[in-house]
Amino acid sequence: MRATIERTQKIIDEVLEVYPERTRKLRAKHIKPNDPTGECGSACQVRSNVKSRPGVMTIRGCAYAGSKGVVWGPVKDVVHLSHGPVGCGQYSWWSRRNYYNGITGIDSFVTMHITSDFQEKDIVFGGDRKLEQICREIKDLFPLAKGITIQSECPVGLIGDDIEAVAKKMTEELGIPVVPVRCEGFRGVSQSLGHHIANDSIRDHVLDRVDLEKSTPYDVALIGDYNIGGDAWATRKILEEMGLRVIAHWTGDGTLRELALTPRAKLNLIHCYRSMNYICRHMEERYGIPWVEYNFFGPTKIYESIRKIASYFDDYIKERAEAVIAKYKPWMDRVIEQYRPRLEGKIVMLYVGGLRPRHVIGAYEDLGMKVIATGYEFGHKDDYQRTYPELEEGTLLYDDATPYELEEFTKRLKPDLVGSGIKEKYAYHKMGVPFRQMHSWDYSGPYHGFDGFPVFARDMDMTVNNPTWKLIRRKER
Amino acid sequence: MKIKDHMELFQNRQYQEMFERKREFERPCSQDEVREVMEWTKTEEYKEKNFAREALVINPAKACQPLGAVLCALGFEGTLPFVHGSQGCAAYFRSHLSRHFKEPVPAVSTSMTEDAAVFGGLNNMLEGFENAYALYRPEMFAVCTTCMAEVIGDDLGAFIRQAKDKGKIPPEIPTPFAHTPSFAGSHTNGYDSMLKAILAYFTDKGPDSDESVNIIMGFDTYTGNVREIKRMLQLMGVNYRILSDISDVLDSSNVGEYIMYPGGTPLEELKRAANARATVALQRFSTEKTGEFIREVWGQEFIAGPMPIGIENTERFLEEISRLTGREIPDEIEAERGRAVDAMVDSHPYVHGKRFALVGDPDLLLGLIRFLLEMGGEPVHIVCTNGDKKFEEEANALLGSSFHGRNGKVYIGKDMWHLRSLMFTEPVDLLIGNSYAKFLWRDTGTPLIRIGFPIFDRHHLHRYPIVGYQGVINLVNWIVNTVLDEMDRASVNTQSFDVIR
Repeated sequence: MRATIERTQKIIDEVLEVYPERTRKLRAKHIKPNDPTGECGSACQVRSNVKSRPGVMTIRGCAYAGSKGVVWGPVKDVVHLSHGPVGCGQYSWWSRRNYYNGITGIDSFVTMHITSDFQEKDIVFGGDRKLEQICREIKDLFPLAKGITIQSECPVGLIGDDIEAVAKKMTEELGIPVVPVRCEGFRGVSQSLGHHIANDSIRDHVLDRVDLEKSTPYDVALIGDYNIGGDAWATRKILEEMGLRVIAHWTGDGTLRELALTPRAKLNLIHCYRSMNYICRHMEERYGIPWVEYNFFGPTKIYESIRKIASYFDDYIKERAEAVIAKYKPWMDRVIEQYRPRLEGKIVMLYVGGLRPRHVIGAYEDLGMKVIATGYEFGHKDDYQRTYPELEEGTLLYDDATPYELEEFTKRLKPDLVGSGIKEKYAYHKMGVPFRQMHSWDYSGPYHGFDGFPVFARDMDMTVNNPTWKLIRRKER
Repeated sequence: MKIKDHMELFQNRQYQEMFERKREFERPCSQDEVREVMEWTKTEEYKEKNFAREALVINPAKACQPLGAVLCALGFEGTLPFVHGSQGCAAYFRSHLSRHFKEPVPAVSTSMTEDAAVFGGLNNMLEGFENAYALYRPEMFAVCTTCMAEVIGDDLGAFIRQAKDKGKIPPEIPTPFAHTPSFAGSHTNGYDSMLKAILAYFTDKGPDSDESVNIIMGFDTYTGNVREIKRMLQLMGVNYRILSDISDVLDSSNVGEYIMYPGGTPLEELKRAANARATVALQRFSTEKTGEFIREVWGQEFIAGPMPIGIENTERFLEEISRLTGREIPDEIEAERGRAVDAMVDSHPYVHGKRFALVGDPDLLLGLIRFLLEMGGEPVHIVCTNGDKKFEEEANALLGSSFHGRNGKVYIGKDMWHLRSLMFTEPVDLLIGNSYAKFLWRDTGTPLIRIGFPIFDRHHLHRYPIVGYQGVINLVNWIVNTVLDEMDRASVNTQSFDVIR
């Protein structure tokens, strides 16, 4: 085993020492030194997408979070009913910043918390009749809603409600699609299964229900961009400048109609592979639509991705792609010129979800920064396979990390910047380690595309180089 | 280089045109249709429809029980909230509380999944205890439940006993537990159940009662309130203990390291609580079960509420403390009262006759109503999603006690979408509520004063007390200066653009 790998393995072993034996063995499979070549074999393969150990304070969420919070939630012209007790919808209420255009409460419903607020009697007698009534009341009060989704919370599955039957009946009665989604929080091991379930429900109840009036050879769908802080818009702008026609957003600023007409696309462009590869694979099998993964974080990856996307099209698009790169490159160079000297050589630790643990590496590298540790909250094997080659040998990789592990690795690796979520943020503030939320962009953004990179660079600089960190007086121990 | 983020970026023409092009695929409702429906939602007719709904809940101002249980548990030293059920719930409680307090919030889950739904959550609990104890070394586990564990009916007491019998955790570690089904009550009831469970666990009544007084804050998310109560009691020289003291836990000092248990009521103090002379709870509706327990099992005098918001409520609180302890209210506090009253007198012209809509938890609302009445403000729409009949009666009695309450109407079990209808059909001057009330601010243009929970979009408000005389000054400050800001905005191009007010 090579020295870098051994060094990292030693740190891992040290940190895991405190665990009870069984948990230590299990956790050890999830934390590995990176081996970009694959030569180190299974000793460097990260195990993933299995149950979190009870009591370790996993940072993961649940299937409901994956469906209502991630995939379905941003679809703006549909009422998403948090079906069950009041809490789930309360805690996920407008926390993801999926920006959209529309009049909230009239033709758009993203930032509302709409729930059946289950009571004891609903648990005892079942919630199906109440659900029917709720659907009618939604139609009554929100006549412009294009549909309803029923986002199941834990009790719905446990008490044996038949939401599918209610949805079918209400679809007929109300004349709008009512989509049952079986995303109860106890299903699966993380939010990941919720993504899959949501993808499947779109496939079964929405997809291919609408036709485009006219098609062009340049029709594409934007998949797996949730428009956090406007990401999808910054992306769409580039695609349009390349000469492509974006016919659908999945799902940031998306609509039911866009989801339905997506099979008319000539190519599906997927950013967040983890949460939406399912629908891409389905459209490939069913309609023969190819799909391509791309990465719009940081200029290096953006240029690469623009060329990769263009390669699916004719010379017209290829030429325009080059023109787009030529147009934005001087500006991107200026951004780097301004920020790189302030960030050069800084090391970064990441722990995020979806696509970011690997997709933002290039953006940091554009700024002269290096990712020394990264991992996925709810990744699968294919995510890690896509990650190994992006990182140096010996880089620390952790799957479903716990706050204990993150803190211990931080003490040992001494990163200049940590990127993770709200639950981690303030512990890092206490540790005096510069921290950015890399789920919500810390209420900033966009970070995607040419318009996003300058914001990203500015934000990393303001956090790494802010003077407040120096005011922290460390307690003598 | 000027860098534009989302605040400016999307307002430019290229983006606006892009949004326009996107509509071809969205096929949205026509703008006429949207305008028509929007106007319709402001009407009396819509309000009637809105109030006629029986099953649908829209923008409720309440959370679920275990959130309150977690908050309560965090107020005890070395205590790890232990949530038995689905893991997503614990993640939600942690993020929700972190967004409000801007602080780390530890809580573990037993991560129950489909197999636990079939076989029960015993194994999850055993392993959960073992792992959590090894990693986070708490002095106490405070166990609560999510709806999953409640629906399948896990036997917490038996499970915990087994964990100790099997040596997963030391037998002596305290493990109070509370059933906190999210399909009953709200976060305030969860707080109550957890507190009662913790107190019951530590009931070890000695032969004699001591001179101390227990203080219970209730579901109160103002760390500033705890500090203010402590300050006043110290000034009075009272021997007190706070039962669930979140102040140093959720407003902890930055010492360059992450300390998981930075404060809270010491467990040693907790053990002595049963021997106190009396217990004073600052809230009534979030301490009903706890109060019953203290009266019946501890045989202690238990006084609950009203929250010492405003002059009269603060006086009442101080007088009760004085009566219970024999300590006099010192001149210093009397002088604070004078300053608070002075502030109210000085600012009254900007509050007198102003119409208010309020939304929040029962105890908070009762305190705020009384304070507004004291200043000549008029509570008009009072929406309490988690309020019951008893709250309604109390609030009505309070409104009836003052000329300024004559236009007030109390709505229990209603939500912020009901309130939207009320604010359109019977407009008010000011709105008091949490951060989610900003949607009402946007829709109706009514200025929002952020008081309550959660407050996500303003920083540090929870550090400022709203109780006691200092709380009065803070409330006057927020309310009056909101009014004055609005007057500037409204008068900016008129003769009335005054400098002196």
